[in-house]
Amino acid sequence: MWWRIYALLAKEFLNLLRDKKSRFVLIVPPLVQLFVLSYAATFDLNQMPIAIYNEDSGQAARDLIARFTGAPAFREELRITRQEQIAAALDSKRVLLVLHIGRNFSRDLLGGHQSASLQVLLDGRDSNTAQIAQGYLRSVLSRFNNDWAAGRGQAGPPAELVVRAWFNPNLESRWFIVPGIVGLLTLVVTMTVSALSVAREREQGTFDQLLVTPFTPTEILLGKAIPGLIIGVLEASLSIFFAVFWFQVPLLGSLPALYLGIVLYVFSVIGVGLMISSLSLTQQQGLLGGFLVIVPGVILSGYATPIENMPELVQHFTLINPLRYFLVIIRGVFLQGLQAADLLDQYWPLALIGLFCLSCAGWLFRKRLY
Amino acid sequence: MSGFGLRLRGLMRKEFLQVWRDPSSLAIAFAMPVFLLLLFGYGVSLDAKQVPIGLVIEQTSPAAREFAGGFVQSDYFAPRYFANLHEAEAALLARQINGIVHLQSDFARRLQANAPAPIQVILNGVDANTARLVSGYVQGVWDKWLGAHAEGNGRTANRPVQMEARIWFNSALRSRNFLVPGLIAVIMTLIGALLTALVVAREWERGTMEALISTPVTVREVLLGKLLPYYLLGMGGMLLSIGMAVFLFQVPLAGSLWVLLLAGTLFLLAALGMGLLISIAAKNQFVAGQIAIIVTFLPAFILSGFIFNIDSMPPAVQLITHLVAARYFVAILQTVFLAGDVWEVILPNALALLVMAAAFLALALWRAPRRLE
Repeated sequence: MWWRIYALLAKEFLNLLRDKKSRFVLIVPPLVQLFVLSYAATFDLNQMPIAIYNEDSGQAARDLIARFTGAPAFREELRITRQEQIAAALDSKRVLLVLHIGRNFSRDLLGGHQSASLQVLLDGRDSNTAQIAQGYLRSVLSRFNNDWAAGRGQAGPPAELVVRAWFNPNLESRWFIVPGIVGLLTLVVTMTVSALSVAREREQGTFDQLLVTPFTPTEILLGKAIPGLIIGVLEASLSIFFAVFWFQVPLLGSLPALYLGIVLYVFSVIGVGLMISSLSLTQQQGLLGGFLVIVPGVILSGYATPIENMPELVQHFTLINPLRYFLVIIRGVFLQGLQAADLLDQYWPLALIGLFCLSCAGWLFRKRLY
Repeated sequence: MSGFGLRLRGLMRKEFLQVWRDPSSLAIAFAMPVFLLLLFGYGVSLDAKQVPIGLVIEQTSPAAREFAGGFVQSDYFAPRYFANLHEAEAALLARQINGIVHLQSDFARRLQANAPAPIQVILNGVDANTARLVSGYVQGVWDKWLGAHAEGNGRTANRPVQMEARIWFNSALRSRNFLVPGLIAVIMTLIGALLTALVVAREWERGTMEALISTPVTVREVLLGKLLPYYLLGMGGMLLSIGMAVFLFQVPLAGSLWVLLLAGTLFLLAALGMGLLISIAAKNQFVAGQIAIIVTFLPAFILSGFIFNIDSMPPAVQLITHLVAARYFVAILQTVFLAGDVWEVILPNALALLVMAAAFLALALWRAPRRLE
């Protein structure tokens, strides 16, 4: 049996790698994507353009403004002198927000009887950025308030928040996003390789020939699955290498635990891909099917938006999504330093998904012969 | 010229028949938008509502109860009480809660003595974005409590400057209002590129391109014959998406529909042109499919400003985003839906789309095979 599988594997690899363009699309674009996406996909604010509208001539107002424009999250794009300019600046998306200090600011601040007010006008089109920006503003302001009170010998607030974040003390988005991208790229490459594999032979008519050879369906299945497995694991390894050595994401946990996760993950993705492929008659159908799995797979994985925010019903759907489990594995191993024993709950669903889909694919090989 | 019209009609008829017989093209144009919009509209939310948070109060006192009450009343939190920090930390590790707020036993005493009482907040930083949002919400609760506490003691709050935020365009900060318009751009990218990426490659692979070249039709006619049917399919998908956004998801449409349709036309031409270019360059459905996915879906998802804000990306990446057509379309969609017909946003972005569409179509025409190799 083994030499036959070997022969099948040789054929599959030749098919995938013989063509220069095919070799190219398997290796170069995913790496380019890893770099571009890792730098792009961040929720941290950095040099966001803001506008200042200061009607107060006092020193305190200038100090407060300097705190905001000096923060790395913001940069002053525009000085506004009249009320009407606010709308133009926000409408045209030139600035994310306008800081408005009214005429009475210094009087209220120095008088000490009532809080001086700082008005912020935010562009809510991108509601997530608006919310994050509010958080940044609040922390800059609270530092200003403390310093102001301390400088005048007044007591600070009676209670203070001491915030500590586990596993990612500076809450760097990149530590969270880059391991996620490893899962994403592995999904895309492995899925398309396997979703097109049977469909291509069907379209070209060579699959019927394969079925009438002495190969058993199991052997054909293995011959189709193993190349994807090898390509997927290599692809993931390369991405992890760059995550650790280029992006400096700490890898605290055990590498064997991570690799067990990768093999099971790639295995389950191939299962889904081959199942789609054996349902498809043309490559277009295979590609479409792959897409119909990849897109929800990415969206409902917790990659960019947390699963807990989804409605209850949708949360149940995520249970059949391989990427969901893999993200817990890779983030857990990278940031939390988890070991294989901590991840059993993530391993077995992956194995189950893979086994189920591969059996379906094998069954479909024989049943769908037309 | 009537020969041109006749030949074009024949080509389009062939293309329509092909679409009709392989229903996956129809599925791409109509089923996929519905499926994706439902998925996103209901499934994705960046708003953390009812975040599970653990409260550890070592010694109850009126002040501590008042502070905890802020979490119970807040829409953002679903608090759970823990007897001690150890249990809460275990729950945080098991991802049952997203954060811990810990009041030590001397909280009330230090508060009374005017010695700053620390409130310890522990977050699970594995999901940095959620952690940051939760931290902001905790700050909000704390801020409110400070004001109430000071007032209760007959003093003004110890806040020299108070922030007053007003949100324009999407005052409720519903993330759906900005995700759904952006999603239309992602869907249209998929439709445009997927539909066309395979069509020319398929003709090469099956050998029918050679047959086409040997007929009297010209390259221009072949490309037009491919473009028009898929353009109509794509616009149908777009109308469907806009209808769902407005009627099903109740996203307000502040601007005008014709601006959207015009921008959609420009964008679709760019997307279709890119798809054609890919399929001409690849000549093989496997390679064309791989390239289409890699240069369309992921960039449209991540580099378009649809979820991640372009202004905070590093300058080099910001430059790259200028090559992503979806970026311009997302800006137009978000503005027309939420802010109205703001020409300062629409015109430059529409111009960029026009340039991209022209460039891709010209490139496709130039690279199109004229004769057999």
